[in-house]
Amino acid sequence: MAESTQAPYGRKTQKAPAVKEIHILWMPDALGCEGDTVSTTAATQPSIEDILMGAIPGLPKVHLHNRILDFSQGGEDYLKVWYDAAEGRLEAPFVFIVEGSIPNEKIKSEGYWAAMGTNAKTGQPITVTEWIDHLAPRALAVVAAGTCAAYGGIHAMAGNPTGCMGLADYLGWSWRSHAGVPIVNVPGCPVQPDNMTETLLYLLYQAAGLAPMIPLDKELRPTWLFGKTVHEGCDRGSYYEQADFAHEYGSPKCLVRLGCWGPVVNCNVTKRGWMNGLGGCPNVGGICIGCTMPGFPDKFMPFMDEPPGGVLSSSLIGMYGKIIRRLRAITNTTLNHEPKWRHAGPDLTTGYHPTSYDHEPVEIERGATAWRP
Amino acid sequence: MATVTRPVRETHDGPRNLVEMSWDPITRIVGSLGIYTKIDFANKQVAECHSTSSIFRGYSVFMKGKDPRDAHFITSRICGICGDNHATCACYAQNMAFGVRPPAIAEWIVNLGEAAEYMFDHCIYQDNLVGVDYCEQMVRETTPSVWAKAQKKAAPHAADHGYRTIADIMTALNPFTGDFYREALQMSRLTREMFCLMEGRHVHPSTLYPGGVGTVPTQQLFTDYLVRLMKYVEFMKKVVPLHNDLFDFFYEALPGYEEVGRRRVLLGCWGSWNDPKVCDYEYRHMNEWGKAMYVTPGVVVDGKTVTNNLVDINLGIRILLGSSFYDDWEGDEMFVTHDPLGNPVDRRHPWNQTTTPRPQRRDFEGKYSWVMSPRWKHPETGEHLALDTGGGPIARLWSTALAGTVDIGYIKATGHSVKIYLPKTAMKPEVEFEWKIPKWSNAIERNRARTYFQAYAAACALHFAEKAMEELHAGRTRTFTDFTVPDEAIGCGFHEAVRGVLSHHVVIRDGKIANYHPYPPTPWNANPRDVYGTPGPYEDAVQNTPIFEENGPDKFKGVDIMRAVRSFDPCLPCGVHMYTGEGKLLEVRHVPMFGAQG
Repeated sequence: MAESTQAPYGRKTQKAPAVKEIHILWMPDALGCEGDTVSTTAATQPSIEDILMGAIPGLPKVHLHNRILDFSQGGEDYLKVWYDAAEGRLEAPFVFIVEGSIPNEKIKSEGYWAAMGTNAKTGQPITVTEWIDHLAPRALAVVAAGTCAAYGGIHAMAGNPTGCMGLADYLGWSWRSHAGVPIVNVPGCPVQPDNMTETLLYLLYQAAGLAPMIPLDKELRPTWLFGKTVHEGCDRGSYYEQADFAHEYGSPKCLVRLGCWGPVVNCNVTKRGWMNGLGGCPNVGGICIGCTMPGFPDKFMPFMDEPPGGVLSSSLIGMYGKIIRRLRAITNTTLNHEPKWRHAGPDLTTGYHPTSYDHEPVEIERGATAWRP
Repeated sequence: MATVTRPVRETHDGPRNLVEMSWDPITRIVGSLGIYTKIDFANKQVAECHSTSSIFRGYSVFMKGKDPRDAHFITSRICGICGDNHATCACYAQNMAFGVRPPAIAEWIVNLGEAAEYMFDHCIYQDNLVGVDYCEQMVRETTPSVWAKAQKKAAPHAADHGYRTIADIMTALNPFTGDFYREALQMSRLTREMFCLMEGRHVHPSTLYPGGVGTVPTQQLFTDYLVRLMKYVEFMKKVVPLHNDLFDFFYEALPGYEEVGRRRVLLGCWGSWNDPKVCDYEYRHMNEWGKAMYVTPGVVVDGKTVTNNLVDINLGIRILLGSSFYDDWEGDEMFVTHDPLGNPVDRRHPWNQTTTPRPQRRDFEGKYSWVMSPRWKHPETGEHLALDTGGGPIARLWSTALAGTVDIGYIKATGHSVKIYLPKTAMKPEVEFEWKIPKWSNAIERNRARTYFQAYAAACALHFAEKAMEELHAGRTRTFTDFTVPDEAIGCGFHEAVRGVLSHHVVIRDGKIANYHPYPPTPWNANPRDVYGTPGPYEDAVQNTPIFEENGPDKFKGVDIMRAVRSFDPCLPCGVHMYTGEGKLLEVRHVPMFGAQG
């Protein structure tokens, strides 16, 4: 039973976070598909409800504002917090998350490529770029969720009519928030669920004063998530080493000859799985199309052709890999045989020589004792 | 919302005071959608409505000239909640264009993946997005009298789902704190795991290809799927009675609620899940393999089937403009004059469409949306019908029930209903649910159908798992058939996305994509008035919606309107804008804008 009058001794372990409350303003209204929001609902490490319900103590209380999950019916009720944030009236700091590519609204005389809400003065939609212009300078941190927001992605493909780009292309690659945080890119198409929530969790730790500045690489990706390649985490990598390549989809072998770009793509999905360790890409038979990369998709197309670099490296490894595979097969055969002392005969052949008992073996009858007393 | 009092205007039933109300963007759907209405508070009715979308990306534009084999990877990115439906549909279209037939086990794997997508998507949408419109907090804030009734009303199926009263169900649906809300969120994860087993990752698959799949078929693959599926089957034995209790209560508590979101029965369904025994992806046989699908394609008008033939369905599609931000393609080249059977193909058919975006100011009297207006031309009457999908499930069940052909034991179509059999599970005995054709195409029945279709998908998945394991045990485990890309070809894919009709039309020239037009369900549902002035389905359904909300204009949330719109399960990346009436603004109140906040 808890003592009702006195705080428990152990409460001294609980420290108030440096920032008590934090808003997350998540705008899935740029040129996207909202797959990054949907993906985030699949996360379990942590889950979205873990973050919102404060499952991990000592972090700021989180208020999430995302159109897809919001309680309100929309319109003014939903947008109030957005206007407040854009005009500096929010009582607590906020993290601004952009989802979707940033369209170029300057290339046309009128109209809009992407918008959220309506400007009451003009009756015209408020463009996503206007929102970014107002919100980014006031945000504690700005996060690009998914490859579109990070680098432009699919919608920034050659021949696209909107001239769209990534957030850093729009704000500048050296942009910093007023708190000194660079743009945080969490690429992926869609973003791997746990990669997204873990990045948010890190920012909450940072806001609480419990973690140093988030470590990012040159492309502004969290280093601990994007520091390795797909191939380095792929359980089919060993087939590659043995020059044992799949020649048709559905084979369990290495897919590099069928279009997999894994050896040169920064992504952790093969190591982490898609959800709860399940699924993925080349590890489960899906070629890596480089969907986390700034060069996606144009530098990877046509997706189902062998990457040019794969031709050279898979040829180079051919001779070595085949020899190694043969030697391993020989070794493997011997390892598939038990040692010879495991048998049911009357002689003990393990190498053990008993000294303390009489060991004249007798003919064993069914049910009889094996050794004379 | 912006609230504008409009001047009195004459109508057929005398002068009316209309208040202009808009919700832009609307929440708890996928995509940017704006709804602009005029409401007659005195008569508790929506007078008029416009729907708008505020995003354009241009897939048809940037896909031109690309390798046709890239189509499914690219088009998946059209949508972040049902992208796999696009990937699947694109593979169907490529199979036709390349003349390739995947091995049977590959087809079962795709079917299992797509079944999991339905189970996931309907689950998260129904109980984490739509469900909030029926939760305690929302009901208390909009109709306190209904909340009072709900507390006194015992749930008829409490024994099946464990909630004593209707109020208990509503409380369980409160966002994040409600236990059923949280359980549904977990089930949406379990089902996505099932999906990932078959298609690699969600929502953009990694293991789908034209000609088959990259998934490695093993006993473990199907075990891992089946173990999760049986948990979902058990979950559905609770969910179907739970939603029946909740929805039936609304009819009882609010007489006349059947009119909310109601429109004429104009339903389209393009069929789901192919049978590899019948389906060879040849256009010439499309009628046969279409009818062998496990959801029967069809167009249902006023409760009667017009056709179940996918060739007729295909030839009847027309893409109209009228209120959309595009130049017309009347004078542009025709890509496909005749289909492979020799039937003439219309200029306004997706095969012959050219997309030329023309960004411009939004004008509700003129052009006001990035969505085009798909219509289906009735072969007898020549009408351009504004078909809807009702969110998908109601059209699928209606078309399948009337056709009466699907019979796999787990599912039996009777001509007037669909019987769904769920076998014994760990904690619950076997159950049979029967979805009977409802009296109306309205908000409540669209939602009810969504729940039943979750059970339908689970039942079908049991059959697909059995068929897949037959192939596995027989040793037929190749999952891919090789193909070459032809220089000149056309293809089309028909598939029921979660939210309904989905078609992909591709034209290949010089081995590259010359034309590609995907038509997902939401363009069918969310479109603006066409060149003939016919409103889109949302506009049409909302315009007749009565208002039961007890708040006046100052605190008005628009819950009935939102229930009507959300019953269609909008999944833009596209949009809606509703608007009512003409005349000059008299007064504008509490309209937020940059730099003008008190």
